[in-house]
Amino acid sequence: METVTFDLEKTPLREVNQYLHSDAAELDGKTVTITNPGGAHNIAVGLKADVDVVIDGHAGYYAAGMNQVANVVIEGSAGTGVAENMMSGRVHVKGFASNAAGATAQGGLLVIDGDAGLRCGISMKGVDIVVGGSVGSFSAFMAQAGNLVILGDAGEALGDSLYEARIFVRGNIQSLGADCEVKPMDEEARQILVKLLKESGHADVDPDSFTLLGSARTLYNFHVDNAGAY
Amino acid sequence: MSDAPKIPQTEPRYSATFDKNTASEIRRAAATGIYDIRGAGAKRKLPHFDDLLFLGASISRYPLEGYREKCGTDVILGNRFAKKPIHLKTPVTIAGMSFGALSGPAKEALGRGASAVGTSTTTGDGGMTPEERGQSSILVYQYLPSRYGMNPDDLRKADAIEVVIGQGAKPGGGGMLLGQKISDRVAKMRCLPKGVDQRSACRHPDWTGPDDLEIKIAEIREITDWEKPIYVKVGATRPYFDVALAVKAGADVVVLDGMQGGTAATQEVFIEHVGIPILAAIRPAVQALQDLGMHRKVQLIVSGGIRNGADVAKALALGADAVAIGTAALIALGDNDPHLEEEYNKLGTTAGAYDDWHEGKDPAGITTQDPELMKRLDPVKAGRRLANYLSVLTMEAQVIARACGKSHLHNLEPEDLVALTLEASAMAKVPLAGTSWIPGVSQF
Ligand SMILES: Cc1cc2nc3c(=O)[nH]c(=O)nc-3n(C[C@H](O)[C@H](O)[C@H](O)COP(=O)(O)O)c2cc1C
Repeated sequence: METVTFDLEKTPLREVNQYLHSDAAELDGKTVTITNPGGAHNIAVGLKADVDVVIDGHAGYYAAGMNQVANVVIEGSAGTGVAENMMSGRVHVKGFASNAAGATAQGGLLVIDGDAGLRCGISMKGVDIVVGGSVGSFSAFMAQAGNLVILGDAGEALGDSLYEARIFVRGNIQSLGADCEVKPMDEEARQILVKLLKESGHADVDPDSFTLLGSARTLYNFHVDNAGAY
Repeated sequence: MSDAPKIPQTEPRYSATFDKNTASEIRRAAATGIYDIRGAGAKRKLPHFDDLLFLGASISRYPLEGYREKCGTDVILGNRFAKKPIHLKTPVTIAGMSFGALSGPAKEALGRGASAVGTSTTTGDGGMTPEERGQSSILVYQYLPSRYGMNPDDLRKADAIEVVIGQGAKPGGGGMLLGQKISDRVAKMRCLPKGVDQRSACRHPDWTGPDDLEIKIAEIREITDWEKPIYVKVGATRPYFDVALAVKAGADVVVLDGMQGGTAATQEVFIEHVGIPILAAIRPAVQALQDLGMHRKVQLIVSGGIRNGADVAKALALGADAVAIGTAALIALGDNDPHLEEEYNKLGTTAGAYDDWHEGKDPAGITTQDPELMKRLDPVKAGRRLANYLSVLTMEAQVIARACGKSHLHNLEPEDLVALTLEASAMAKVPLAGTSWIPGVSQF
């Protein structure tokens, strides 16, 4: 397998991203390693080829933003909005992720080994997110579709104004947001959880140690008696 | 029979404060317990372009000949950073209106009309439809807080990208699309359950504040390889600061929308009471651009109640590079047309006043997702009407510019204008007609 290496201390980010936007013929099957990322913003955004990218250190905002197909590994931690609006592919953060990880993402798998900050999975639209550690407050706010798996604890207002996304939590929940409620773990949900645990390197974790949360759907249509929740 | 003199009765008198409309709203609120939601923009009378007049040429300046001498109308947008700036033949663009709020045929008609005269259309909260991309030769793709339907393929298909921070009808508010309009197709595009009363977010999910915005704009530029112009749209509230911050964040174009600007569905109280009229917003916005040395380098598009070529010319004279229209474009397509009076009556309203666009029952087939109703709009004919109307706006603006001796609409300037009212004079910073007085700027 061919490896191409860019040193971000020597090569401007623009050139690296431009290369990563090359035709599939150029990129497919390659591994691109980016050294000395130094927390730069917007590394490996807008990828659309079947390429492996390794960011060898910490990334700033929006790393792997809008990812399609590609497999991106961040060896260090990631800033705000990692894998925001991802469509497909896989993004793996080995360290911690800051706020809004996986925001609005529509597909693919985002794996965060450490903790994630505030608003993890905000407005998510179909992505699967697995967080090895804990998530901050307002996570899965207005989450529309997809699955958020949290192995650690969750902060305040988890799943506020939730639509049809599922949330699985193993640890403590500080508080649930408006319209988010505990659901019985049905077989379909359990299977999804088992699959995601396996795909994210947590095959040994007991799926029965998780609580499933979903939308109570009481805010789906305006009603005067819900005025306090709007 | 008594022949005592009859005591004259005073005419029943309505309160100016509690007028009929106000009282009916109180009764409606009392009956339902929920605020009134409607479409369109502010309906009350506000200081506006009508309060300004042009000083035509005379002895001290000479005019250009009507049909013989050229008066340019084209505009280039986005040449600050974008590799592929946009070149429009007329400075009148079609504002962002979502598929969802509008029907597929309405979006197609907007595309047809705009393309025919060489201008752009804009998507909206709900993503890009093939109808619109197919018919719009120049399409601006909105990047909104909800990110409904946002995807990198469409980003690459767009000719420009508009990061929406706010809208004049509801600065600080998010979108609304009520259940009646969440059809299967709309639900799928937005990834929502069918029939929900959808409230879109009012803040972007992955950034807050101007420093983050700068990184966000850089991200979009990186994804699109620095090809596309990036616009930033704000509702008019604190235009000086918002424009300065948008420029600092790296915008190629700033879109400024005043409180008269239309909306698909917003609380009435929001529409009428938040934000400022576009007349008051243009000069501070232009001042910010000038203070940064960016006037005409970062282009300014203004909107909110633009109706005719005079409005276009006045907006440009105050320093804008282009304008955008929403409500007027819908009227040109056939919205609120008197020939549908009977049907408007059935909905409890009258042609010209129909604004319950969120209910999706539009008899004109424009603000609806009902398959039967939307069939009524012929996108080819409606597109033609829009093209005609856009041509009229452009020609009318040229008539005025030539009368002021200008060989391009962009040569119009504040010195060509006076104000009819003190308010307009203070807001637009042009002298009260017949005086050299600008309140707040010069002494009487
Ligand atoms: C039906 C309708 C839908 C709209 N949808 C959006 C939208 O999705 N995004 C947006 O930024 N503005 C939206 N707007 C506001 C317009 O982009 C524009 O700012 C406004 O219509 C300009 O004012 P005017 O209607 O007086 O011309 C909408 C307006 C209307 C009338």
